[in-house]
Amino acid sequence: MTMPKPKMFEKPRGVKDYLPDLAAKLRRIEWRVLETMARWGYRQIITPTLEYYDTVGLASSTANERLFKLLDNKGTTLVLRSEMTAPIARVVASLLKDEALPLRLSHHSNVFRAIEEEAGREWEFFQTGVELVGDGSPEADAEVIALMAECLKAAGVREFKIALGHIGVLSGLLEAALPERPDKRQTLRECLLHRNYVGYRAALKGMDLAPGARADLERILRLRGGREACDDALSVVRDDASRAALGHLRDVWDALQVYGVGGHVSIDLTMVGNFSYYTGLIFEGYAAGLGFPLCSGGRYDNLLASFGRPAPATGFALETNRIVLVADDPPEDGRRMLVLYRKHRREEAILHAMALRREKDAAVETVFVPEGTEIGPEADGEGKWRFKGRRYDMVFRFDE
Amino acid sequence: MAEQSRIRLKAAIPKGRIYKKAAALFREAGIPVPDDVDDTRKLLVTLEEAGIEVILAKPADVPTYVEYGAADIGVVGKDVLMEENRSVYELLDLGIARCRMSVIGLPDWKPAIHPRVATKYPNIASRYFRERGQQVEVIKLNGSIELAPLVGLADRIVDLVESGQTIRENGLVELERMFDITSRLIANRASYRMKSGFVDEVCDRLQAAIDRREARVP
Repeated sequence: MTMPKPKMFEKPRGVKDYLPDLAAKLRRIEWRVLETMARWGYRQIITPTLEYYDTVGLASSTANERLFKLLDNKGTTLVLRSEMTAPIARVVASLLKDEALPLRLSHHSNVFRAIEEEAGREWEFFQTGVELVGDGSPEADAEVIALMAECLKAAGVREFKIALGHIGVLSGLLEAALPERPDKRQTLRECLLHRNYVGYRAALKGMDLAPGARADLERILRLRGGREACDDALSVVRDDASRAALGHLRDVWDALQVYGVGGHVSIDLTMVGNFSYYTGLIFEGYAAGLGFPLCSGGRYDNLLASFGRPAPATGFALETNRIVLVADDPPEDGRRMLVLYRKHRREEAILHAMALRREKDAAVETVFVPEGTEIGPEADGEGKWRFKGRRYDMVFRFDE
Repeated sequence: MAEQSRIRLKAAIPKGRIYKKAAALFREAGIPVPDDVDDTRKLLVTLEEAGIEVILAKPADVPTYVEYGAADIGVVGKDVLMEENRSVYELLDLGIARCRMSVIGLPDWKPAIHPRVATKYPNIASRYFRERGQQVEVIKLNGSIELAPLVGLADRIVDLVESGQTIRENGLVELERMFDITSRLIANRASYRMKSGFVDEVCDRLQAAIDRREARVP
């Protein structure tokens, strides 16, 4: 199908304009989230929108067909960043290579992914997040999860749940049950990645497994909940790798109780993680009233090595353009004021407006009204004013 | 609003072929979904005591309602699920509306120079032939697929076969069985977390009902 020439008001599919009310709400949420991150000691960095395909593009582990690619003037392939973890890994391994670990960094930016069908997805969306580089302990995992919960609260999300899993539990179980069959392990993992429990059970039925192993692999579908899910899992799991992963998970769980966010967290051992660079603990946040996740994160202990500075790391990103849909937004704080003037009283009007801007916590608009046109702001009956369809708390006239 | 707050779960159930079978299974599971809504124009049914609101949707739309969270759970044929490729949890094989998806053609079918396949499931059909290294032109039709080979629109069709009666009546034969199809219980990603207690409860009740049915079959 040939694309007809777009009409002048059209814009590409998958991108969005934010009009003043929505833009203001989005900015307030971002500001509160970044403020929270700063209070936890995370320093913000800014990285470029464009990266090389061969470096950050590949490390981002975004499916090739979902990356926006373009050529620079020398013919090198570039990508629009599809997430922030890989660019930050690049900076930590290069420009910040002499800074001692652990490093706590935050970021806020627009990222780009060409997503055709998935619900609630845009091509360009906003992420605010943190990366904690150089600490592989459960303490670090608990810190970022607790911070994510704090950020959701600061953003005004009232009811939310964070699902917590560990890639190592499933890997260990599968490795122990199907030691010689990476293909079958992959089949089962794919089923869980696509949340297809029916397919997972059917695949298990068709595999030649020790009876105990099959029952164990089926049981993990229902191992969800609190610390007891870990304890139950420990009774199922026999291999060392899974047991170590469960121990780590339980440690994180205990630390989260100290942070007071335990009520928001629930363990799910079937989580596989949407990025292939994840190596350990992974998590995803959901809110009441929104059908898709608002935030996600996890541990990626091998990514930094691909940029030449091996270090464990963990982090998360909030999708603020989704959060804006469910967040309670306290009423706008600042007042709006209007200064109307005719030419002969310009000096008084402008000086008055300048003084208001200096002294009051308010947005002050000045409007020049030519001689012969009606000035007419109207009282709206509630002590406010209406002018050209917009509301103002106070109006100052310099027209007599 | 007081009415609304008693709703714990919204369930999308497709009108048409699957409805009665799904309703029967839900009733066996102790969830009183009415037997007969197909001929009413109602789109929403509230089950007061169960705290469930039933959304009566077109079958192909069920995964969409569930993916966006307009419904927490849904009943949908595997055929629709494969065609729509939505991001939802596929929790249970309900074992109802059992049929298969097949490649169908005239009895004297021979490979065509430029093969054309008519179907209601263009994504499934394209993927199936592509994965087998076959080059076919897939034509999307909205119904009466059996017509296509009879009038020379396509040399084969991809469609659901239940008893095989429709294809026999039209002088067609099943050339290849592609997949077995049954209805599935699906859940929204957020509902699966936010309402995990209710979703698990419905799941367990349905699973028990399915087990009872299977136990009855010798």
